[in-house]
Amino acid sequence: MSKELIRLQDLVMEFDGERVLDGINLYFNDHEFLTLLGPSGCGKTTTLRIIGGFLNPTSGKVLFDGKCINEVPAYQRQINTVFQRYALFPHLNVYDNIAFGLKVAKLPKTEIQERVQEMLSIVGLKGYEHRRIDSLSGGQQQRVAIARALVNRPKVLLLDEPLAALDLRLRKDMQNELKRIQQAMGITFIYVTHDQEEALSMSDTVVVMDKGRIQQIGKPEDIYNEPKNAFVADFIGESNILDGIMLADYKVKFFGRTFQCLDAGFAPNEPVDVVIRPEDIDFVPVEQGHLTGTVTSVTFKGLNYDIIVDFKGFKWLIQTTDYQAEGTTVGIRLNPEDIHVMKKSEYSGMFGDYSSYSAEYDELVEDADDEEE
Amino acid sequence: MKKNKALLLSGPYILFMVIFTLIPLGVVGYFALTDPDTGAFTLNNLKNLALFLPTLGTSVGYAIVSALICLVLGYPVAYYIAHRKPLTQKILYMLTMLPMCMSFLLRTLAWVGILETNGIINTLLTGLGLPALELIGTPGAVILGMVYNYLPYMILPLYAIIVKIDRRLIEAAEDLGCNGVQVFSKVVLPLSTPGILSGLTMVFVPAVSTFYISQKLGGTETMLIGDVIERQFKYANNRNLGAALSLVLMLLVLVCTGIMNRFGGDEEGGVVV
Repeated sequence: MSKELIRLQDLVMEFDGERVLDGINLYFNDHEFLTLLGPSGCGKTTTLRIIGGFLNPTSGKVLFDGKCINEVPAYQRQINTVFQRYALFPHLNVYDNIAFGLKVAKLPKTEIQERVQEMLSIVGLKGYEHRRIDSLSGGQQQRVAIARALVNRPKVLLLDEPLAALDLRLRKDMQNELKRIQQAMGITFIYVTHDQEEALSMSDTVVVMDKGRIQQIGKPEDIYNEPKNAFVADFIGESNILDGIMLADYKVKFFGRTFQCLDAGFAPNEPVDVVIRPEDIDFVPVEQGHLTGTVTSVTFKGLNYDIIVDFKGFKWLIQTTDYQAEGTTVGIRLNPEDIHVMKKSEYSGMFGDYSSYSAEYDELVEDADDEEE
Repeated sequence: MKKNKALLLSGPYILFMVIFTLIPLGVVGYFALTDPDTGAFTLNNLKNLALFLPTLGTSVGYAIVSALICLVLGYPVAYYIAHRKPLTQKILYMLTMLPMCMSFLLRTLAWVGILETNGIINTLLTGLGLPALELIGTPGAVILGMVYNYLPYMILPLYAIIVKIDRRLIEAAEDLGCNGVQVFSKVVLPLSTPGILSGLTMVFVPAVSTFYISQKLGGTETMLIGDVIERQFKYANNRNLGAALSLVLMLLVLVCTGIMNRFGGDEEGGVVV
């Protein structure tokens, strides 16, 4: 791919003795769309603020084009930021907000005018030059924020949950918009979000973080299909996670049965976590099933049903368009490609059990996230 | 129904305003426009105002100078308080208010004791073998008294506005290339304009009409319009002229605050308290 632009070396950040970042090592390529993904308090915003120059790391280095920029103040970095909730200047109109950076840089008036107009058309706000910021909708403010940052032609654009305050529909539109702008302008985007779907659909590379550490780095497909541990498996999409034993390469045992799988490279009889994605499971007639269980709850989700099935006391989430009534006994088959085996980690046993599943769970999590930082 | 309830609840205040503000205003207006002897309608009282225009000018001048000094002194203080930790902010806020808990008259008298010919400063100076200074009875002493008494009225509205400026706006300005000075001039200062205007108003209005400060700390050449008005009522026994002067002063204050409000409203959309 293209060349490396930013590198974080052993980044550690402590606030009042509390370790928020615990040895982050990461590099960003030129023209890349990279997303830092994780729950509240995982350190993703802190990482972004260190790159932007708003925080000094307790230890570790930030390298830009191979040079350490720890001591370079924010205003001298070739980096611009789209802030959470935009931080537009309320005393300036749309035009002056976007022109702000160029005026500070004392560019000629005609050039400022040209570049602001160009940005206005890129973000679709032509004709809004003289509007007051507080007369704009959330989506429009968002676009002004993006224009204000991009007009300076930074090498890197940092985006801190820029879409969190928008409603679902607008968020989807803006996701496409951002991706389009990023590709059109060829700028490195470093994007912070807690929304896994957003991360998967926009990014070239996803960095999953938790507890101030990087849990996994990879392409969106790899992160989803080959999660490294129970945390990643659970955070990216839904997962049923079971205790298993790796008998030998390609053979894993759980629920007292041996299954074929595609994973290898574990020690003989090594205890492992087994991930089964809810959408990979198909119902079959009971007599043909590898496992049989009882349906305990059915929730209609629009695209599919969320069905909770009790297998010998362990409840699985199954997502299917195939309706099953509550109380039915069902059988399931698991094909080798449906089973993903992970090494045991500190997260083993914490995730992937749907015994306390409730339909409101997702929304509760989102509400909690909104209050972060 | 709802409207009636609100009216009922605000009734006591409205009544209070009518009895103690509107009626006295009417009385002022009445005296200002009637003849002292006959009680007939006349504009003579207002004609005499020309005599007092220089005094009025001095008063406005003193008030403007005091307000500006308060701004220069108060802004850094307000800025400093607004950028402390929440608890420190509360303590400093209380300390700023503290002088206001003491009587205005006492505070001014205390300055008399400090500045007068045999006051604390001069006693110290002569004790050190230095020549005594003429401090009391000077314009400087009057301005000092005004600044000292009204400074909290500048700091508090400024603090209230500055503390509300979003931290992220400052970061955004840094992000867009502003150094410390530019952050202040391009973001912090414009955003604190509403506080500046309301601080200036809150110092200017009481300063322009004061009489006590100039009487205690000033001399003959620092006679202010407030003193003149007081004299009309207390000694000259010409309440018609006093009323006319009051009326003009009131109009002047209204015009001044109106101009400031308009200025703020157009430029920043700020609200002046």
